[in-house]
Amino acid sequence: MTAVLPPAFADLEPYAATWCLATETERYARRQASTMPQLQEFYDACFPRLEEAIAHCDAFPLDDLPDDALALLHLVYSLVMVAMSVEIFQQVKATDAADAELERIEEPVP
Amino acid sequence: MARWPKPPEGSWTEHYPELGTAPISFEDSVSPEFYELEREAIFKRAWLNVGRVEQLPRKGSYFTKEIEVADTSLVIVHGLDGQIRAFHNMCRHRGNKLMWNDFPREETSGTCRQFTCKYHGWRYDLQGRLNFVQQEGEFFDLDKDATGLAPVHCEVWSGFVFVNLAPEPEQTLTEFLGPMITDLDGYPFDKMTERYVFQGDNHSNWKLFADAFQEYYHVPSLHPQQVPAPVRTGAGFECAHFQLDGPHRLVSTGGARRWTLPPEYMYPIERTTRSGLVGPWESPDIGEPPPGLNPGKIDPWGIDNFQIFPNVEILIYRGWYLMYRYWPTSPGSHRFEGMLCFQPATTVRERIEHEVAAVVFKEFALQDAGMLTGTQTALESAYANKIIEGFPVNDQEVLVRHFHHVVAAWVRDHQRKAAAS
Repeated sequence: MTAVLPPAFADLEPYAATWCLATETERYARRQASTMPQLQEFYDACFPRLEEAIAHCDAFPLDDLPDDALALLHLVYSLVMVAMSVEIFQQVKATDAADAELERIEEPVP
Repeated sequence: MARWPKPPEGSWTEHYPELGTAPISFEDSVSPEFYELEREAIFKRAWLNVGRVEQLPRKGSYFTKEIEVADTSLVIVHGLDGQIRAFHNMCRHRGNKLMWNDFPREETSGTCRQFTCKYHGWRYDLQGRLNFVQQEGEFFDLDKDATGLAPVHCEVWSGFVFVNLAPEPEQTLTEFLGPMITDLDGYPFDKMTERYVFQGDNHSNWKLFADAFQEYYHVPSLHPQQVPAPVRTGAGFECAHFQLDGPHRLVSTGGARRWTLPPEYMYPIERTTRSGLVGPWESPDIGEPPPGLNPGKIDPWGIDNFQIFPNVEILIYRGWYLMYRYWPTSPGSHRFEGMLCFQPATTVRERIEHEVAAVVFKEFALQDAGMLTGTQTALESAYANKIIEGFPVNDQEVLVRHFHHVVAAWVRDHQRKAAAS
């Protein structure tokens, strides 16, 4: 399988296929379709590398990210999404959110 | 816990004696009859914000807006002469919806030189004038000059595009907004063009949803997770300042900013990204703020939450803002629009800060949206079974009291004028 993340983040490659997602809609849907053990595993693997990942991406201009840094940024966005479940709610969906849905219909790129 | 001074009358509510202090009725949020009254008395009379000028960047830019409660769809367009105009989104030939893309009921936007109806190809210029009729000779006495698009009053304040569906609005937009809102003139809304826009269909009356965003009394109970568990005290929350001006409202919060607290008051994701519940820790400097910002002179100031009647909220966090609109779709439902607006990120790090703010916003908004289904159904039961009529509302909820008071006043005023004419 071809690596999509920068070489320095090869240890996170197993999560790339699942979590390198370009839009919030995809990231939220993926989180909602996951179990807490899956989210916890992803969080435990990625959170310790978060600071380093942000610094890696931040070394490039926002409008000219190489493909591997862009994939890493999408992984960071997924980690932010997953941190809500792991750090804040200890469950996949926000507590008492019931059947509420809120769709992000416009967002900046990347 | 910080204690903020109250007005000399002893409470914010008694500072505005017309509001009273008695329990209030929420029948206005469950009654189909009242919903019908609101259509005419409020949504076809008040100035309604439908968007921002940045959504119409070029001559020929347009967007459509579905306003179910006012029984209409509008098209708002940036004319070739630079002026922004609004029209009912309807062909004058046989009434087809003029501008839509894949599905007639969905909103759309784009750029065009003229409006062309899909049905029989009639064409209108961007000022609404009919300028092409297919096989014009087949018609009888067709007066093209009198068959332009039906116009809607449209005015712009600080880049916010407002429409008014009344044949003749009772006030100009500036008169309607009043000094508390127009004193925000000069706030750099125009620079905050990086937008995260959300939309959702909620199972609650539009006013009940607005109520949850104009008081903070509910926050420790519904949103305890806003504070990490080890430092969660269950203490109440007191707002620093309340202000009313005509039909509009303001609440300001104060107190130490989240990131100045000890680290255990933040979640790890907040500490690492330097962003979170109340947005990025640092925002670009906006220079001297306009006089309308923080009118209560709260120090340290947190946020200003402006409620623009009838269905708009603007939450200003100094360097960025959040905006909500509530569009009624039935007595027990509405379409919610929420957008976070930032000055465009210049670095990846800044973009991540914005993303974190947008993700946290959605999580807590979902809690409100989920719970309010329960408020709606319980209130429907209360009034259907005549169990409870009045509900106590405290001083921290003075804006809720004022909102329902103003809605009732607008309905009464409209009924009185209709009876007189």
